[in-house]
Amino acid sequence: MESSGTQKLITAREAGLVSCTRCSKVWPMEHKTCGRCGGKLVSRDMMSLQRVWAWMAVGLMCYIPANVFPMLNTQVLGKTSGNTIIGGAITLAHHGGYFVALVILLASVAIPVGKFIAVAYLAVSVRRPDMLRNEQRHKLYHFVEFIGRWSMIDVFVVIITSALIQFSVAVTVRPGIAAITFALSVIFTMFAAMSFDPRMIWDNDGRGWPETGNDRNE
Amino acid sequence: MLDTSSTDMAGSSLDEVIACPECDALYHARMPEEGARLVCKRCHHVLIAPQKDAYLHVVSLALTTLFLMGGAIYFPFLGISAAGFENKTSVLKTVMAFLDEGFTVALSIFVAAFIIMIPAIRSILVIYVILPLMMGRKPAPYARTAFRVSEDLRPWSMAEIFIIGCAVALVKIVAYGKVEIGPAFWLFIVLVIVTVLQDISMDRWSIWKALERRS
Ligand SMILES: [Zn+2]
Ligand SMILES: [Zn+2]
Repeated sequence: MESSGTQKLITAREAGLVSCTRCSKVWPMEHKTCGRCGGKLVSRDMMSLQRVWAWMAVGLMCYIPANVFPMLNTQVLGKTSGNTIIGGAITLAHHGGYFVALVILLASVAIPVGKFIAVAYLAVSVRRPDMLRNEQRHKLYHFVEFIGRWSMIDVFVVIITSALIQFSVAVTVRPGIAAITFALSVIFTMFAAMSFDPRMIWDNDGRGWPETGNDRNE
Repeated sequence: MLDTSSTDMAGSSLDEVIACPECDALYHARMPEEGARLVCKRCHHVLIAPQKDAYLHVVSLALTTLFLMGGAIYFPFLGISAAGFENKTSVLKTVMAFLDEGFTVALSIFVAAFIIMIPAIRSILVIYVILPLMMGRKPAPYARTAFRVSEDLRPWSMAEIFIIGCAVALVKIVAYGKVEIGPAFWLFIVLVIVTVLQDISMDRWSIWKALERRS
């Protein structure tokens, strides 16, 4: 348990209470739904880790084709050529578009890959709390939650580019199949981050989780 | 302010206690002065942040969002001209451009949801929930469900990401021709700022408390 200064903090769980993560009201441990907002009350959601892994797996399965198949199909006078995420960024850089190439690599490669690693790390660290300090893990959790949505940038870039570059038969640009698998990958990894119960980060008092009767175990 | 020894907590009514949703730490739910905030000591999550005239601000910002969204959909958004060809598009046209074949339909639906439907639905829900509170009336029927849905939709409202995507796309397509920026583009930028202001002005804890007390 963390203590700040002379004041010792106590968690709702330690006080025999269950807190609502939506509206922050506390209830006696045996309550199952929040009387204020109607949300489900779970003291610690042991199943949340399984849901995190499941969403991550689906997200990863979508992320692989997103990198293999073309994100954009450019048709010049009847001839079609596809560009993958990384291939497109390289082409852009070749033509001097370093800034755009950097933004796309950051949003479509660095953030998703970093997010897979960070979420996996967080989920593992719940079982092995000695890996990083709680504050640092909480900051990591926040960062992942904040940054994940921004991966969607490339999907929007594809949509806008394809909607604009429509010069009848001369040049047309259309989204490739990777645009949709990439969007799905971002959506699924957002679900993964949302499934994580950050309260678990702060439970590492070396005592594990004593049963309270309001944990979801299956 | 944060005397949270267990005996103390046990003695106080549960209505006077607030638990940090991110780390489960208990605090006395004391309404801080307007403009001041109650912040979790260990994870720094903002627990209570009341603002002056918050209801009025939130409702007017949500109304503004709806009007801006209407304008942003209707007016020309972006255009490009090159070698005699010209192509103009609105936000709605951008989103609906791919309803003609297979997988791109799903793409259109996602994008329409993220940048038009969800921001608009959130604004409507917020007005529905807050307007009665602002006028000192009883909460509207199903106000709690409405507020819950609105909060759940928050991460899926991506207007701000869309506008950054536009900026990147613009830098990318100047190579193809002369780019024209329409009024809808600027309306969309204002919309993003208004949405951020609305989220800042909204103190979730006060709203939940008001919904509970008066229903
Ligand atoms: Zn609740
Ligand atoms: Zn906290």
